[in-house]
Amino acid sequence: MIATHYTYWIIFGLMMIGLYAVMSHGNLVKKLIGLNVFQVAVFMFFISLGRVDDGSPPIITEGIDVYSHPLPHVLILTAIVVGVATTSVGVAIAIRIYEAYGTVEEDTALARDAADEGAE
Amino acid sequence: MTTFDLAEAVLLGILLVTALAITRARRLFVAAMLGGLFSLVTASLFVLLDAVDVAFTEAAVGAGISTVLFITALALTNSREATTPRRRVIPAGLVAILATAGLIYASLDLPGVGDPNSPVQTHPVTDIYLEESQQDLHVPNTVTGVLASYRGYDTLGEVVVIFTAGIGVLLLLLGPRRPADETRDRAYLQAEYLVLRVVSKTLMPFILLFALYVLLHGEYGPGGGFQAGVIFAAGFILYTLMFGLAAVQRVLPMRTLVVLVAVGVLIYAGVGVATMALGGEFLDYNEFNPRNPSGGQLAGILLIEVGVGVTVAAVMTAMFYSLVRRGVRR
Repeated sequence: MIATHYTYWIIFGLMMIGLYAVMSHGNLVKKLIGLNVFQVAVFMFFISLGRVDDGSPPIITEGIDVYSHPLPHVLILTAIVVGVATTSVGVAIAIRIYEAYGTVEEDTALARDAADEGAE
Repeated sequence: MTTFDLAEAVLLGILLVTALAITRARRLFVAAMLGGLFSLVTASLFVLLDAVDVAFTEAAVGAGISTVLFITALALTNSREATTPRRRVIPAGLVAILATAGLIYASLDLPGVGDPNSPVQTHPVTDIYLEESQQDLHVPNTVTGVLASYRGYDTLGEVVVIFTAGIGVLLLLLGPRRPADETRDRAYLQAEYLVLRVVSKTLMPFILLFALYVLLHGEYGPGGGFQAGVIFAAGFILYTLMFGLAAVQRVLPMRTLVVLVAVGVLIYAGVGVATMALGGEFLDYNEFNPRNPSGGQLAGILLIEVGVGVTVAAVMTAMFYSLVRRGVRR
């Protein structure tokens, strides 16, 4: 069990480290970096599902019979580029929040909102 | 223990340590650079797992573009993080530990990594992609074949998502901004990073040539529109970092980029409309050459890869431009 499944377990560990960073940190940029770690770990999980023992990359060549499955590769290849595009939307929002509040710390920004409501 | 297992264990170990260091780093520049390292090691792991096309993309995107993206974000915001209060650490840590335990428990039902009898390998679609595709498409790189032909609708959707994200960033960042600190930018541009400048200028033609090669050779080796697009963008981002926005805009102005963002999607969707006009279904490339369907497939795949490459390169470069513009006074 350990020999065949430890890859998955480490990948789950990586995913949850990313999730932990998203949940526990108040800094928006740090949250995005954590989200990136989470995302990359999900990619690894998909790719590891497509692997086959003694296989080759799925580029058909004479004399090779065993190939890893191309479908996870296709899905993840596009997901990586989509991932960076959506991350940059997040980065843009964080920058706008910084310009409006002078901080990217969630707690400080929320406290400022609460203070504004109290003043009205 | 084989060499494969050993290499995999070492890479996964490095990834674990890096991920932990990322969450602990209070200086966010450190976290951003470690994020780049994380992606680069992941790319090596992908090579080990036979996913060469994915490794390519991860290396260009993760270690290149997203690292630059985070560093630019830090330059425009704050590069130090406040300490995390204990009331956040404990519940988040508990959730993470419980979720890991749940996932590990669930994974006991999964087939082992590399099991040749797993459902992934025995599913009928595996034969279609790996064997029938050679008669239908004559494209040796099955990843490209599946991406551009079998799952062409899906890929069109992905390109539209990238297009939408690009528009979103432009809308968020091109509006009026608060006055920036002018002296800092000028000090940076006047600095003499001679070695870096000479090296990046020399590298520039090779990066662009390589991107073209990756785009046009994607049917035979690892590569394709997504990879080529990010490599193109990485070239222009490198040039912007070294020579400033004004210099790079003489070659590739923002206005052109905004047009190109849409052109790529239009090429892709246009190919679909063209095949319909020729009497086939949407994105059925056989119609381009009914007597020799695989020739038509080859043409169709190349065309849509160009469309993908144009949109991806334009979106990535335009996003970086708009980030840089945010900090520089014109």
